[in-house]
Amino acid sequence: MEMLLASAIGALSAAGIYLMLRLRSFPVIIGISLLSYAVNLFLFATGRLAVNAPPVLRDGVETYTDPLPQALVLTAIVISFGMTAVIVIMALGSYLSSRSDTVNITRDTPAEQEGDA
Amino acid sequence: MNHWIIAPVVLPAVMASIITLTVRFHPQLQRIFSLASCGALLAIALGLTAVAATGSIEVYELGNWPAPFGIVLVLDRLSALMVLITAALALVVLLYAIGSGWDQRGNNFHALFQFQLMGIFGAFLTGDAFNLFVFFEVLLIASYGLMIHGGGQRRLRAGVQYVIYNLLGSTLFLFALGTLYAVTGTLNMADLAERAAEIPVGESGLLRVGAVLLLLVFAIKAALLPLHFWLPETYAEAPAPVAALFAIMTKVGAYAILRMYTLVFGPEHDATADIIPPLILFAALVTLAVGMIGILGARRLGRLAAFAAIASMGTLLIAISGFRPETTAAAIYYMIHSTFAGALLFLVVDLVRSQRGEARGAMTPAPRMAQHGIIAALFFASAIASAGMPPLSGFIGKLLIMDAVRDMPEVWLIWSVILVTSLVGILGFAQAGSAIFWKTTTPEPVPEDADAAPVAATPTPALPLVASFTMLAGIIALSVFAGPVTHYTEATADQIHTPSGYINAVLGQR
Repeated sequence: MEMLLASAIGALSAAGIYLMLRLRSFPVIIGISLLSYAVNLFLFATGRLAVNAPPVLRDGVETYTDPLPQALVLTAIVISFGMTAVIVIMALGSYLSSRSDTVNITRDTPAEQEGDA
Repeated sequence: MNHWIIAPVVLPAVMASIITLTVRFHPQLQRIFSLASCGALLAIALGLTAVAATGSIEVYELGNWPAPFGIVLVLDRLSALMVLITAALALVVLLYAIGSGWDQRGNNFHALFQFQLMGIFGAFLTGDAFNLFVFFEVLLIASYGLMIHGGGQRRLRAGVQYVIYNLLGSTLFLFALGTLYAVTGTLNMADLAERAAEIPVGESGLLRVGAVLLLLVFAIKAALLPLHFWLPETYAEAPAPVAALFAIMTKVGAYAILRMYTLVFGPEHDATADIIPPLILFAALVTLAVGMIGILGARRLGRLAAFAAIASMGTLLIAISGFRPETTAAAIYYMIHSTFAGALLFLVVDLVRSQRGEARGAMTPAPRMAQHGIIAALFFASAIASAGMPPLSGFIGKLLIMDAVRDMPEVWLIWSVILVTSLVGILGFAQAGSAIFWKTTTPEPVPEDADAAPVAATPTPALPLVASFTMLAGIIALSVFAGPVTHYTEATADQIHTPSGYINAVLGQR
């Protein structure tokens, strides 16, 4: 199971980083999502992997799984969800105003706007 | 338990909600609520600093859960000082935003401003590593909104880059925290410090990985080379008051480095002591050089101010990388200075832009500004402060740093980089100042002089100028009262270099 989880995290991170390097907003956003899935799995695994073990104290149970990483993952999921929503809206706004979805700021983007409203 | 410690986090959160929910369509009421909040925050920050100045470390247990299990907020000299700087900066910047009308060029400026403050205060006060991540996200998500306030094509594109860079940083932060949790089984900073110290050097591989990953995250925040690429475009394109407030955001990174690498991975800690300080030192030296060369090479004032921010972070992190009480004391003094000097520079740049008509921030000849003399004087003062020339606090700060690094083996390298780059910076500022303020044109192609002259000459209302001069007064006060301030920073440095005090305060006496 460790092997499966480790390779899943590795594959997700690799795909995420590759997509981020494409420098167009849609692949970059997908890449960020994949990377955040990878980190969620990673956080989940930091409490060691245990199957069929309860996370809360109970009478007569010997082995427990660590509940804290699960709480951390929940927080991380919520935050990355919100952040993805923000970046989607901003990327859309940027695309609609400049008709280009490249992340790079190229020379043809007007520079006169600096600090302007 | 002192309940005032949570006030800097709760008050802006409540105010932001009131501003968005209740007075959404009343710009004047929004301004009043926002100002009231910032005024109250400054008063609270002064009170908290007075408490911390006695040398006691106050711990606030959220939900009354004892330390390693619940999240704690910790008030010591360092966090109190950072809260005070932030509160003072926020009030002045808010006055500028209101006076210059920046807050009305888009929606929800005041609410986002309050949320931003909530995140910054939380990051300074928290004593839990994961909670630090959460407050980083709070301040980041507010900063995304503030960054694109007012809209505009280029600002939006710069904003997208900024968000992507920081989302990557957040992901790295989670990887770092996960690694540390896997090794130590805790995320409370005081508890982390104890557990990390127990790990033998031979088995500390994963711990070192976690420490360096964490350093990368804070280096992104602090715009340390080679992770500074988000900063120039973001700061140059952000609305001026926002860029001025962002002067504290890079300091959040510097604060986190100072906190984590004195408390958890301190200099007495064999596992990390040989990798962290050299990494920071050499990155900081290059950061300083690139920042100052950027000042010299900038062709627009916005980018000049952004590179000045990078250069000041370089100087600051050189001092931090010493990790001994005297260098830390100098670093804290310079941190106060560079926050105000950086913010002042962005405000002055905005004044210049708003009065130069078509030319805006470009270093090309343009008609004289309406308040040419006042703005030239302000720019001159802020350039002196940023470049580190006497008599202002930038000079004192650099002097303190150069004096403090005397015992470090790399002292000659550090001295030569600081001195040479200072010269480069002075040249850059002088060039910019002469291009903007001396090479003025008279609007000649228009025959009717009476008609043409007033076009660019729209004087700025009084409030933005008052705000800028208040910021300048702060820098002058920091120079005049350098003695008392250094007493405080020295005591602060001693306090954070004896981590046992912090650990005992959080975890209770053992």
